[in-house]
Amino acid sequence: MGLLKEHDLGTPAQPGPATVSVEIDGVPVTVPEGTSVMRAAAMTGTDIPKLCATDSLQAFGSCRLCLVEIDGKKGTPASCTTPVAEGMKVRTQTPRLEKLRQGVMELYISDHPLDCLTCSANGDCELQDMSGVVGLRQVRYGYEGENHLDAPKDTSNPYFDFDASKCIVCSRCVRACDEVQGTFALTIEGRGFDSKVSPGAGELFMDSECVSCGACVQACPTATLEEKSVVDLGMPTRTVLTTCAYCGVGCSFKAELRGDELVRMVPHKDGGANEGHSCVKGRFAFGYATHPDRQLKPMIREKITDEWREVDWETAISYTAEKFRDIQARHGVGAIGGITSSRCTNEEVYVVQKMVRAAFGNNNVDTCARVCHSPTGYGLKQTFGTSAGTQDFRSVAQSDVIVVIGANPTDGHPVFASRMKRRLREGAKLIVIDPRRIDLVRSPHIEAEHHLQLAPGTNVAVVNAMAHVVVTEGLVDREFVDARCEDFDSWAEFIAQPEYSPEATEEITGVPARELRAAARLYATAGNGAIYYGLGVTEHSQGSTMVMGMANLAMACGNIGREGVGVNPLRGQNNVQGSCDMGSFPHELSGYRHVSDDAVREVFEKLWERPILAEPGLRIPNMFDAAVDGTFRGLFVQGEDIAQSDPNTGHVNAALGAMELVVVQDLFLNETAKFAHVFLPGTSFLEKDGTFTNAERRINRVRPVMTPKTGKDEWRVACEIAQAMGYDMHYDHPRDIMAEIAAVTPTFAGVSFEKLDKLGSVQWPCNDTAPEGTPVMHVDSFVRGKGKFVQTPFVATRERSTRKFPLILTTGRILSQYNVGAQTRRTANVAWHPEDVLEIHPHDADVRGISDGDEVTLSSRVGTTTLRARIADRMPVGVVYTTFHHPVTGANVVTTENSDWATNCPEYKVTAVQVGLKHAASAHQDARDEQPALAD
Amino acid sequence: MTSTLSPQIRMANDIAVQFHHLPADEAVEAITKHIRMFWDPRMKAELQRLATEDSGSFDPLALAAAKQLSG
Repeated sequence: MGLLKEHDLGTPAQPGPATVSVEIDGVPVTVPEGTSVMRAAAMTGTDIPKLCATDSLQAFGSCRLCLVEIDGKKGTPASCTTPVAEGMKVRTQTPRLEKLRQGVMELYISDHPLDCLTCSANGDCELQDMSGVVGLRQVRYGYEGENHLDAPKDTSNPYFDFDASKCIVCSRCVRACDEVQGTFALTIEGRGFDSKVSPGAGELFMDSECVSCGACVQACPTATLEEKSVVDLGMPTRTVLTTCAYCGVGCSFKAELRGDELVRMVPHKDGGANEGHSCVKGRFAFGYATHPDRQLKPMIREKITDEWREVDWETAISYTAEKFRDIQARHGVGAIGGITSSRCTNEEVYVVQKMVRAAFGNNNVDTCARVCHSPTGYGLKQTFGTSAGTQDFRSVAQSDVIVVIGANPTDGHPVFASRMKRRLREGAKLIVIDPRRIDLVRSPHIEAEHHLQLAPGTNVAVVNAMAHVVVTEGLVDREFVDARCEDFDSWAEFIAQPEYSPEATEEITGVPARELRAAARLYATAGNGAIYYGLGVTEHSQGSTMVMGMANLAMACGNIGREGVGVNPLRGQNNVQGSCDMGSFPHELSGYRHVSDDAVREVFEKLWERPILAEPGLRIPNMFDAAVDGTFRGLFVQGEDIAQSDPNTGHVNAALGAMELVVVQDLFLNETAKFAHVFLPGTSFLEKDGTFTNAERRINRVRPVMTPKTGKDEWRVACEIAQAMGYDMHYDHPRDIMAEIAAVTPTFAGVSFEKLDKLGSVQWPCNDTAPEGTPVMHVDSFVRGKGKFVQTPFVATRERSTRKFPLILTTGRILSQYNVGAQTRRTANVAWHPEDVLEIHPHDADVRGISDGDEVTLSSRVGTTTLRARIADRMPVGVVYTTFHHPVTGANVVTTENSDWATNCPEYKVTAVQVGLKHAASAHQDARDEQPALAD
Repeated sequence: MTSTLSPQIRMANDIAVQFHHLPADEAVEAITKHIRMFWDPRMKAELQRLATEDSGSFDPLALAAAKQLSG
């Protein structure tokens, strides 16, 4: 397609069924009550001239360009701020209005550089457009008067410039920062002629609170705020609609190209997940796709101490197949396996799990969700019947109380956080349950009603105590429970025991009983209560228990099955939901159906013409254990850096080092590739053709912006390995893979590329019952029939602080970086987070003689690393925090083998550690230094 | 130092302790079911072997479940 420009209706849509009929320039139109005259006119095809109005922002009424005449009304009201009234007759074009608009434009243009022909926004400038629309022919005031043409240019942000000389002070950027993003980083400084846009108190953008989401750039009607890439490369000429490959929000983007060169990524207004908003990663951090570090040719080597040898695809694939077959011949069918990636498309993931089950002939397939949201899979399946969040993102706009548990949405899921913050500014109450004082606890115009700052590892004790309050204080929604749930009475008896009261658990959790009781009452009584959670819930020894505990609480309060409520995992990676849906777990086929189910297996066996084992295969941690034991000797790793992301790095390295064949398919030679014998170059999201499924079960199309730089689609690689191993696996196009997924997976039965292209996206289940998908689940009944209350005893983790390791380490991620950083470290995002730091409470730092910025050692019972300290009181005394974005730090050198009892999801969030001033590099860092060729 | 228990015993004990609140027979049933549903055959076989050779390292309910696996 050419360049896609969405129609801007000027002001936001109004909710509600009530309508009003009006006449615009003699054309009748019926619109929702409260609609502006400007929007009503746009709906008839008449775009009233405007500069300060855009339909992503509330009307402001400052530019005075959108004036209209209305029968029976005096003067010329602004159409953006004037709501329609029944029978209203509006004229948008009269000689009087023309003259007024020309007068306004004259004033703007008299203080604007007249460099249109050389301006980088030439052709994409609303000021330029409006000059033409109003018929401006002269500027009577001249250009010599006082003006802003010498205003300074701020180029401090790595992705966009702020050229104040071109600013018309329409406030769109300020309002976008306030209303859309919710950061309030921008303001209008000064009065009258001195008014100017300012990030903070006269700071540069880079020094301000700006989070570089790009909302201001998108809102700007001139070249004042503009992407550096547009300045450098020129205005794009065509659009490809696609989906972001960072977090689980799954934002839709317009990839805008000039010829074959990607100029910018602009959030798509019709994107179901993001509705026109973005964050710094999706909007700007796509340069890794063309980074020179990318390895574009396959490589092989006999031993990991050998040099890599570039080979053609045919050689690499036959070598891989031969080695895998040889291992199986010597050590058995179960001696090899594969790991699928949550960064790959549904279609790519599906073919890898099929390769393992049908060509390898075992169920040794797992996915990186093992180390993040596998407890979600277990917990929600047990209680609700399926492994998925219950709501769509829009639902949060109907919430009255929002509980955020173990998640940091403003950093991890920023576009959803903006939706959430908007609702909080409208008056919804907020409860944060987190050891760390995350930004949401107190940020502009938002303050949590309750911050339950619990001790790490005590989630279950807290959620049980909340449920105890609900049950013992008579706050249960009996009507909902009686009609929709089972096993309530035994659960209620269990949870009502005195040991689960807030008073009894206060000593364990550190949460004052009175505060906890107040939070529980608020959640149970405030109306629509919604729970949103992240890895601070799942990555614990009781991760699955906690998921069930939250489900119990939601059911007890009747907070399931309608808009505004629910239990919602905030998925970490773009396709965590999809990779799990596709049958990547060793015990489940696609659609979360256990391999022991004969009827389910039969469906696949018939289609695939291969038997499928009825017993589960190895999970990722089990693969490592089996590798060390010598029974597991070959691994295919799709787009996942297990040597950096998985816990207890020493153990992972020992396992990888013990294998005969490690095959890595990735964009870069990552940490895992150090142990690889075959490297198969992968494709970036800009080269992929397929689908991603986000945290709200929304299946979005991923469309290729460029041809694969590796010369081969990633899904073909798995097919060709399978074929080389003797199993015929062939597709002509990813749409054929989706057709097979739909044929074998009841929840995907109605999904096809054609439908996605037509509707934009659908949320599963999508089948005959719900042909256009299901935004909210469990509306009339749960997927499993009745919602099941499960007893959730609190069992303390075995990881305890000791005299030797007296602090507790917990980990997380930051806005500008993404997981192991393979992508974002290869972009200008390093400007915000060039290294991992250790946040430590002032008291803990003081007793250790540590000052802000000191290099410190971080040691646990399994390993030691070093990093820089940052003194911060976000953490309580005794708790330290770091991120895991940089391999040189290797935060997982210190995390342990402890894991969730049900799923083996690692307990990243609780590690007993000691911190001291650094005297030497750690063994982990020495080992990295010895391999300079693979340093970051 | 890392845990000295074999991974299978450690994981089985981790599962068992989650069911301590149930009557013993129900708990053993739940533990057995969980292991059957989620463990690879070689892990189950190793657990059964360890139940014979290293029973002292087991949580009693995990041991009972390990012995029941073959049933």
